[in-house]
Amino acid sequence: MKKVFAIVTIAALVMGSIFASGAKEASTMSSVDENKVTLNSNTPKGDLEIFSWWAGDEGPALDALIVDFKGDYPEVNLINATVTGGSGVNAKAVLKTRMLNNDPPESFQVHAGQELIGTWVDADRMLDLTPLFEDQGWLNIFPSDVIELIGTDDGIWSVPVCVHKSNVMWYIPSNLKKWGVKVPKTLDEFFAVAEVLQAKGIVPLSMGTTWTAVENWENVALATLGVADYNKLWNGELAWTDPKVVEVWENFGKLLDYTNKDAASLSWQQATDMVVGGQAAFNFMGDWAAGYMMTTLKLAPGTGFGWANTPGTTGAFQFLSDSFGIPKGCSNQDAAVAWLKACGSKSGQDAFNPLKGSIPVRTDADMSLYSAYSKSAADNFANDDIVGSLAHGVVANEGFMNDFNAVLERFNESRDAKSAAQASKEIAVSNNMAN
Amino acid sequence: MKTSLQKKRTKKIIYYVVIILISITFLIPIYMAFITSLKGRAEINLATAWKLPKKITFVGYTNAITTLGPYLKNSIILTVSATVISSFLGAINGYIFSKNKFKGSELIFTLMLFGMFIPYQIILIPLFTALRTLHFTGLKGLILAHVVYGIPIVTMLFRNFYDQIPNSILESGRIDGANYFTVFTMLILPLSIPSFVVVGIWQFTQIWNEFLWAICLTSQETNPITVGLSQLSGGQAVAWNDSMAGAIISAIPVLCIYIFLGKYFIQGLLSGSVKG
Amino acid sequence: MSKKNSREKLYSVLILLPSIILVSIFVYGFIGTTIYSSMTDWKGMSANPVKNFIGWDNYKTLFTSFIQIGFRQDLVNTVFYTLILLFGTLILGLFLAILLDRQVRYEAVYRTIFLYPMALSFIVSGTVWRWLLAPSGGLNVIPTWFGGEKGTFQWISSKVQILQFNWQNIFQIISALLLVIFIFVLISSIKSGNKKEKIKYSIICGFFALFTFVVLPLLPPPLAEKEMHGFNLATIGIIFAGVWQYSGYAMALYLAGLRGLSGSIRESARLDGANEFMYYWKIAIPNLRPITMSAVVIMAHISLKMFDLIYAMAGTDNEFTGHPSVRMYTTTFRANKFALGSAMAVILFLFAALFIIPYIIRSHKERG
Repeated sequence: MKKVFAIVTIAALVMGSIFASGAKEASTMSSVDENKVTLNSNTPKGDLEIFSWWAGDEGPALDALIVDFKGDYPEVNLINATVTGGSGVNAKAVLKTRMLNNDPPESFQVHAGQELIGTWVDADRMLDLTPLFEDQGWLNIFPSDVIELIGTDDGIWSVPVCVHKSNVMWYIPSNLKKWGVKVPKTLDEFFAVAEVLQAKGIVPLSMGTTWTAVENWENVALATLGVADYNKLWNGELAWTDPKVVEVWENFGKLLDYTNKDAASLSWQQATDMVVGGQAAFNFMGDWAAGYMMTTLKLAPGTGFGWANTPGTTGAFQFLSDSFGIPKGCSNQDAAVAWLKACGSKSGQDAFNPLKGSIPVRTDADMSLYSAYSKSAADNFANDDIVGSLAHGVVANEGFMNDFNAVLERFNESRDAKSAAQASKEIAVSNNMAN
Repeated sequence: MKTSLQKKRTKKIIYYVVIILISITFLIPIYMAFITSLKGRAEINLATAWKLPKKITFVGYTNAITTLGPYLKNSIILTVSATVISSFLGAINGYIFSKNKFKGSELIFTLMLFGMFIPYQIILIPLFTALRTLHFTGLKGLILAHVVYGIPIVTMLFRNFYDQIPNSILESGRIDGANYFTVFTMLILPLSIPSFVVVGIWQFTQIWNEFLWAICLTSQETNPITVGLSQLSGGQAVAWNDSMAGAIISAIPVLCIYIFLGKYFIQGLLSGSVKG
Repeated sequence: MSKKNSREKLYSVLILLPSIILVSIFVYGFIGTTIYSSMTDWKGMSANPVKNFIGWDNYKTLFTSFIQIGFRQDLVNTVFYTLILLFGTLILGLFLAILLDRQVRYEAVYRTIFLYPMALSFIVSGTVWRWLLAPSGGLNVIPTWFGGEKGTFQWISSKVQILQFNWQNIFQIISALLLVIFIFVLISSIKSGNKKEKIKYSIICGFFALFTFVVLPLLPPPLAEKEMHGFNLATIGIIFAGVWQYSGYAMALYLAGLRGLSGSIRESARLDGANEFMYYWKIAIPNLRPITMSAVVIMAHISLKMFDLIYAMAGTDNEFTGHPSVRMYTTTFRANKFALGSAMAVILFLFAALFIIPYIIRSHKERG
């Protein structure tokens, strides 16, 4: 009896460990260069699975892009696999589980920049899209700052579809008039205005859960460091423990003093609601807030709500971009290439961005299709210095962002700038972002 | 000085007040979900959360049904199959651990029970790998996953239940000529109905409401309803009326089971599944 | 006769075999791979990942590194989450069962009201409770209906921490807790008068006392610097939601148990002069102990699922409501640190499995 039991157990454990080593299937790519995308003149057909976490309000934008795509490539069966929830963490769980099992979709949504590079490119999972960029002439049509931020020395890894600006400050003009305050242009002006507002019982700055706090931090960092030093921080030339960076934390602490105490329980829309409802004066948020205020709350840009650069960031554009790439080993590369062509095309971008409230990456877009806010944002994009966002994966990889959330929350509790700077240095080192 | 009758009366009043207050507390969340589901997008605001909708609209429900509709069939297939298979597996396992012990069976049971405590997020990756290797993808794979991970708990519930059945029933059955198998099918099974209800309700609830494996192990056509629910709650700007309407709709099948079978649930627990 | 017996034993094994195999692969096989992964440095999405064996390093990191303060607080949170959820559901369930044990009119209605929350998924109920516990709306508004002031408790946003202790003293605290538990066991064995047990438990108590007050203070502390942890009040909101959801289940269990006590016991108690209170306290409740054991196992299993509840109510980044399962999820799928995530999972698994020990000991005693 015990013998039978023992044999069965051993057999099962052996089988279990076989599964443990994972089903490794060799991905065979017979054509030219395994690492670069292959362009040919075949008509794309068959299944195309695109993977994203856009849903709810962003759904219509993606649908419009899909319609545009289907117009050009009618023989492709496009499968729109969306996984929503948790600002993408569920989508990442599904995607990564599949990728670890060598079952990639043809294309997936990813934030352009270090999020893509640190996770997928460094792991040698993506096809280099330089041939495609050359073929489509994108090297001349996308801004060079952007191409620099989303590529590496070894290639370009994704096609950006949209651009959002994260250093925007939102307010209601009529409310500011009522309270007698002017829009602050620098951090010091902001702190002065905040004092006045607090005395009147208005929350100077509304904030939501953690990732919005990270966004606020990056706005403060850009303001405190300026464009040049901000970039140096991310390419490792400026130390995290440098006094200038400690000053960022100190300013951020001051900023936090002027935010609502229940930030952790609010979604970003609820924070925006506070501004619209008059309980708060300002809100720093990416420009999807414009979409929310225009479409859901039906406010008119300029008169119903107003915007400005976050204090101290005049002349700079903190950008983030959703993009699509092609993972190695996908089963229908031709269809994936077709999808990327649509993503980077004028008609595709002009179909997608007006509905999403973002601006196109192409410098030759038809701006008449866009709202008043988007026009002003596109203007900034063309003329201002472009830097990358932290909260949305342009300047930092996923490991760093994950640990940074913890550092920020701890700072929230302790308000110890030096210790936060030290902790940031440690996580930067452990995530290969600094030495 | 109150008479004994008056004392009894006040006790009764206090009793009813207490129980009604507690009931109201229990109903607050569903009240909140309900009124939110009937509001239009623009009306949903923290400040007015408690208020009844100014204008009742069913747009939340229509959106929810459009999104959830295609997934309903998948959820039903998934949950019913997994629950049925799981319950029968539990019944025969429980029968053996309770009435047909052998050397080492206690150890095996204890080891099975430990399996209940594995955190389900961490096995996502090896589970996916295993199912893929076995070519058990889609709903098939999800059903298998739920059955396997339900084994410990359903076995425990059935074992507890069968412990309450006196061995004399089996002995007299044997004397009357029943063999190993017919004792189970003819004698034990008919007595197990209450336990099937308890186990069935438990598994149905857990499987119907499970999200993470559902989304990882199935693809678009085979997604169950929990995936649709997360789509209603996802995105940058959540449409809370859709989300609450979706939550209510997806809870209806399980709620119906509780309302109609609730009596049997208690009866089942009464007949002994409860005792350790 | 014995031939039939061994043939039947064979049948038993064969019938169990599918379950045994499935559990071996899907549970123990995976536990094995998780433990193995936790001892490597596996991270990143490479198709052919390099996994160097690093032994206990990940565990050391979790327990001593500055960056993982959050994880250690999550462990402290888990103690409170699990214990308060357990006590909360069982006590409220018992209370509700006693209330309903009296042939009240419309019992079915009340029973359904208390039981229905269990039908919901944690994600659904978590979303609703998130609204209800928003500090600027929700429950805090209720006092204003009665003329009072709006509540100021920040619920999930709360940053208040009570019962603070220094992690450097963690071993002493654990040892002291075990000492207290065994003192209770000693007291009950003194009452029962079993000499062998009295000696056994006296020795154990002595050992723990020595350990706590003499041995441990002489050893170096587990952490280099002082680090305060405690009970985060932010978890109360989440526990509240969990108790609301599962106390109905405990109520159903206890109600069945109470009804199971035959009517004659109740009658004879009444004849002996016991009032309601004494009946419940001295007779009914002690009889419910087996139910409690089984309910503890199930609730411990549910406490692992609190991931869904915390995720829906507080999101993945709230340091005050953290739980190792949430941290493990983000570490694995957001930061791609699979080995570290596996280490967290193993620790969580061991902790949850602790709750099964009393059940097993009891089962053993009964059957042995």
